[in-house]
Amino acid sequence: MEDPNFLVGFDHGDDGAVYKLTEDLALVQTLDFFPPMVEDPYVFGQIAAANALSDIYAMGGEPKTALNIVCFPDAMDLDILGQMLLGGHAKVTEAGAVLAGGHSITDVDVKYGLSVTGVVHPKKVLTNLGCKPGDVLILTKPLGVGIITTADRVGEASSRAMEEAIRSMTTLNKYAAEILQKFPLHACTDVTGFGFLGHLHEMLNQEVTAIIDSSQVPHIPEALAYAEEFLITAAAQRNRNHLRKFVDFKGGVPFNMEELLFDPQTSGGLLVSLPASYGEEVVTQLEALGLACGIVGHIVEKAEKEIVVE
Amino acid sequence: MKKLIDARGLTCPLPVIETRKALKTMTEGQLEIVVDNEIALQNLEKMAQQMSLDYRAITISEQEYRMDIFLSEAEGKTSEAQHRLERIEEGTIVVISSQYMGDGDPILGKILMKGFVYTLTELDHYPSKVLLYNSGVKLATAGSDSIGDLQKLAEQGVEILSCGTCLDFYQLTEKLQVGGVTNMYEIAQSTMGATRIIQP
Repeated sequence: MEDPNFLVGFDHGDDGAVYKLTEDLALVQTLDFFPPMVEDPYVFGQIAAANALSDIYAMGGEPKTALNIVCFPDAMDLDILGQMLLGGHAKVTEAGAVLAGGHSITDVDVKYGLSVTGVVHPKKVLTNLGCKPGDVLILTKPLGVGIITTADRVGEASSRAMEEAIRSMTTLNKYAAEILQKFPLHACTDVTGFGFLGHLHEMLNQEVTAIIDSSQVPHIPEALAYAEEFLITAAAQRNRNHLRKFVDFKGGVPFNMEELLFDPQTSGGLLVSLPASYGEEVVTQLEALGLACGIVGHIVEKAEKEIVVE
Repeated sequence: MKKLIDARGLTCPLPVIETRKALKTMTEGQLEIVVDNEIALQNLEKMAQQMSLDYRAITISEQEYRMDIFLSEAEGKTSEAQHRLERIEEGTIVVISSQYMGDGDPILGKILMKGFVYTLTELDHYPSKVLLYNSGVKLATAGSDSIGDLQKLAEQGVEILSCGTCLDFYQLTEKLQVGGVTNMYEIAQSTMGATRIIQP
């Protein structure tokens, strides 16, 4: 028997689970952890926490408590562990939540993440479903951090590109969420491992079609140059394999743009769908936060393909 | 000439990087690359398609996949991407120290500078860096007519760098729209290391 208080689960690929406690209070829970994508352990801790907290914001919630999940090799310097946890702690504190403990195990590789619990009003839960024709789609962070961290791993990323990727990944979606919540959002998610097109596909749920204007997609400029150098990931190819039947790339969309749209993001931006009349006002307010963002497309009635990239 | 790359055990993008390295040393013959997963093979195929190479992809077993690339000297194909890489002249730096090009009427100077930046995007070869200082930083900040052209250069792999002190001075730090911020140390180091400095 399904519990009636269990409002949102993972069946539609939503970002977190929502459980109603009372008429005006629900719990939002999420968990995410992964291996490092940057060298500096403090920065990695910040990114892992910003990424885990993001799911709470994508559900319209407010984070309250967080628990660390740590895998760490026996032989490795404990200072690295300490730095990593300090980075995570800093972001949890910035989010206004409490780091309440955690669990660590010995493993061959480092992995770190958090389980975050937040609260939300049961009537104000944001889900990734609900895009309507006439909506515009807004993305609050630039794409390309997957390509850039991959390029960095093989020594091919410029320090400027890496700095911008880190600035984006360590920025909490809290600030974008605070702006977005003032507007009547139809759907909201955060862009992470499935890439922009993967998370968009989950939002559309084969009920409506999205027309994406690739020239308007915010991105870190070097990501396109690196994709053209084939600094491409396995994860992006997996995303491509999974999504190709849903996406129609119009002629003129170059290969590197395709790769950017499939690029898995860590601690990516929020992707929201809301009536077109609010689009410019939202973007103006988001721009003040200092990250590349923009209106990336619009929703139309269901067409042959779920996503059309122009 | 036949060459083999055993890229088993390597994760993406390393098989592609190794293949591209080998291709640079070959003008004809056959290059065989062995990988241990299908995704890596698919990434190699994407590269081969983009570079318009003649290739064949073979599944040998669940843990072994091979791509054969056939090169013929007559065709001498280079991909656009490789071409682009060759278009960057590593030692060449463009230094723009003013929003105006040349002495004289400032309106004309501005028009000339816009034309200069645009023309950079059209040349066969790109500089490795464009350094902007003093009022030159205005070209990379909100309201400039050259944002699109600088963006185009950045996408081709040219580093666009504005002097931080100058952005501060003109109160434009928040308005930077393309490229990164640099400091005097980096400006001095880059210009010292350059083989050619172009100053419009």
